[in-house]
Amino acid sequence: MNAGLQIDAQGRLVHLLSTEGLPAEMIRHILDTAAQFVSVNEREVKKVPLLRGKSIFNVFFENSTRTRTTFEIAAKRLSADVINLAIGSSSTAKGETLLDTVWNLQAMDADMFVVRHAEAGAPHLIARHVKPGVHVVNAGDGRHAHPTQGLLDMYTIRHYKKDFSGLAVAIVGDVMHSRVARSQIHALKALGVPEVRVVGPKTLLPREVERLGVRVCHDVAEGLRDCDVVITLRLQNERMSGPLLPSAGEFNKTYGLTPEKLALAKPDAIVMHPGPINRGVEIDSGVADGAHSVIMPQVTFGIAVRMAVMAILAGHA
Amino acid sequence: MRIDIRNARVVDPASGRDETTDLFLADGRIAAVGAAPDGFRPDRSLEAKGLVACPGLVDLSARLREPGFEYRATLESEMRAAVAGGVTSLACPPDTDPPLDEPGLVEMLKRKAGALRQARVYPLGALTLGLKGAKIAEMCELAEAGCVGFFQADAPLTDLNVLLQAMRYAATFGHAVWLRPQDPHLAHGGVAHEGEVATRLGLPPVPEVAETVALHAILELAASTGARVHLARLSTARGVALVAAAKARGVAVTCDVGVHHLHLCDRDAADFDANANLVPPLRDPSDRDALRRGLADGTIDAVCSDHTPIDEDAKQVPFGEAEPGATGLELLLPLVLKWGAELRLPLAATLSAVTSRPAAILGIDGGRLEAGAPADLCLFDPTRPWIVTPEALASQGNNTPFLGLELAGRAATTIVDGRVVYPA
Repeated sequence: MNAGLQIDAQGRLVHLLSTEGLPAEMIRHILDTAAQFVSVNEREVKKVPLLRGKSIFNVFFENSTRTRTTFEIAAKRLSADVINLAIGSSSTAKGETLLDTVWNLQAMDADMFVVRHAEAGAPHLIARHVKPGVHVVNAGDGRHAHPTQGLLDMYTIRHYKKDFSGLAVAIVGDVMHSRVARSQIHALKALGVPEVRVVGPKTLLPREVERLGVRVCHDVAEGLRDCDVVITLRLQNERMSGPLLPSAGEFNKTYGLTPEKLALAKPDAIVMHPGPINRGVEIDSGVADGAHSVIMPQVTFGIAVRMAVMAILAGHA
Repeated sequence: MRIDIRNARVVDPASGRDETTDLFLADGRIAAVGAAPDGFRPDRSLEAKGLVACPGLVDLSARLREPGFEYRATLESEMRAAVAGGVTSLACPPDTDPPLDEPGLVEMLKRKAGALRQARVYPLGALTLGLKGAKIAEMCELAEAGCVGFFQADAPLTDLNVLLQAMRYAATFGHAVWLRPQDPHLAHGGVAHEGEVATRLGLPPVPEVAETVALHAILELAASTGARVHLARLSTARGVALVAAAKARGVAVTCDVGVHHLHLCDRDAADFDANANLVPPLRDPSDRDALRRGLADGTIDAVCSDHTPIDEDAKQVPFGEAEPGATGLELLLPLVLKWGAELRLPLAATLSAVTSRPAAILGIDGGRLEAGAPADLCLFDPTRPWIVTPEALASQGNNTPFLGLELAGRAATTIVDGRVVYPA
């Protein structure tokens, strides 16, 4: 659905808005490029001059220190100039529209916008209105998409499992409100993962999610049994009690990833989480810090994947 | 003023007449169809070969944006849009600012609209004071000022006791109660139909049950009170089935559908097109198909434009922040013709959905072409294509999901009260 906007007639990536519609070839190209940057990040001088002289604006309409920082590090390692703007949700109260903000920044000769916004589709609106040659990277829009997170998760899975073609992947928890889950699902399907399960109570799985090509499991044992990858999703504090869930404790008991539940998965299963984690809610400390956890490598790979996306958008990879 | 219209294909949905003949108008009425009355001397003669002549369209919902939203559109611009769309009578919902909850506001609107001498305007009064859902409005005073029914518009009415009493009170005097069936809690925060598209796009959903639960409550209260209830803007297949069952039980209820919902579904919002952000939301293709059939088989009584002109600034925002609604007065006729053609309906049956049937809901003398009827007419070429562009629209609102598409059928001449009001 977003393919027309993010990929041009020559098949080049012009914006990264969603993993939906990204061809497997493009995803592999991003992951292969990221692999080269992983080695850069292991060097003493962690910098390449690919984006020297380019201005990258981190425009965050919704606060997020973590994601903004990873994009900032990625851009700096590519030698770009980085400008951080935490616009927050009050910008509209000041009377300036989203597009006015973007046009103003564009007039300051931005080459790339990294955008986070609380509303689904905000980066698409921006991508439709920027000048040719200006690129937009979606750093999270509402519940819709967080494509660089989805891609870094694919990188992590490939790193540990090598091949996607025989995998069973379980995504556990609040899929309903998760842009990360949606980005993972599209990427996993594109890469040919035969079994993607979403696991959670009916209040946290969106309607007709099976039409995205996933298997719906309300039974946590069915969801985790013999899977190769377990992805736990963050449960936002405000959703821990209310109409969707009775309590964080009950959620931990029913769907939280405990060592006992993890034992249902394959012996070599890996455990992932987009962070920040709620220990004792969606994941127990013993699992988060345990032998199956690849949560810290996810963060490391995230820098390389974001470097790859920016370099490819700028036409240098 | 005496006008004769020669060689038109005269289509009268009320009687089913569809033949090429002549029409004679005098003193604001249709003097004769077919043969000229004795001694008829026209002041003006219109040659209408190749054109359809039908009753002027009756639109059950057109927001004229006055008072309060003049930056979106003005009475002048939207009244021009009405006659440019062949609409000669329209009901306007009370969700103005302030809402139409006192007689003075209604009288002012009627006077201002009347002075423009274009389409006839039938205001719907607010069902509750300020549309706040707490106190019932002065229905009798408002009816005297010209209100033809009482509507809660899109404002929530959470207290069912208020609704029960409003219906009892309205039933006492025979006033019509209009309601858009939507449970405010079940729809809270939602902007898109709960289903695959909302799930893909991560848009907060409006579940089907938001409509059906509200419908159950309204239909029970209608049956209990005997109030004359009109259900505005059905959007689900389940809702159509509930209304059909209620009608079969003898509940005094009528209903309408917005014209966009006959052609579009949630897939049309799949690229975050804010122009496809409508109220109620565009739903599943199966819902759209049920609405199309329901209008054809009479379960749904009429189709309306649900005209909502919105300024560009309120649409050039992310989907969920966009003001919902679409401009519709000038799209009503071509979109109804498209629906009728796709269902292979006779032209008279197609046009009844925007003429005789909505006129019956409003209880107005119109929507028919016979001697003695008001001389409100629309002449149009059903085959003439046009492209929907901002320039092609008289409305100040350019917000339509049909922008750039080709449609067939536009009013060539619109006559209200025996006067040619379009083209001006």
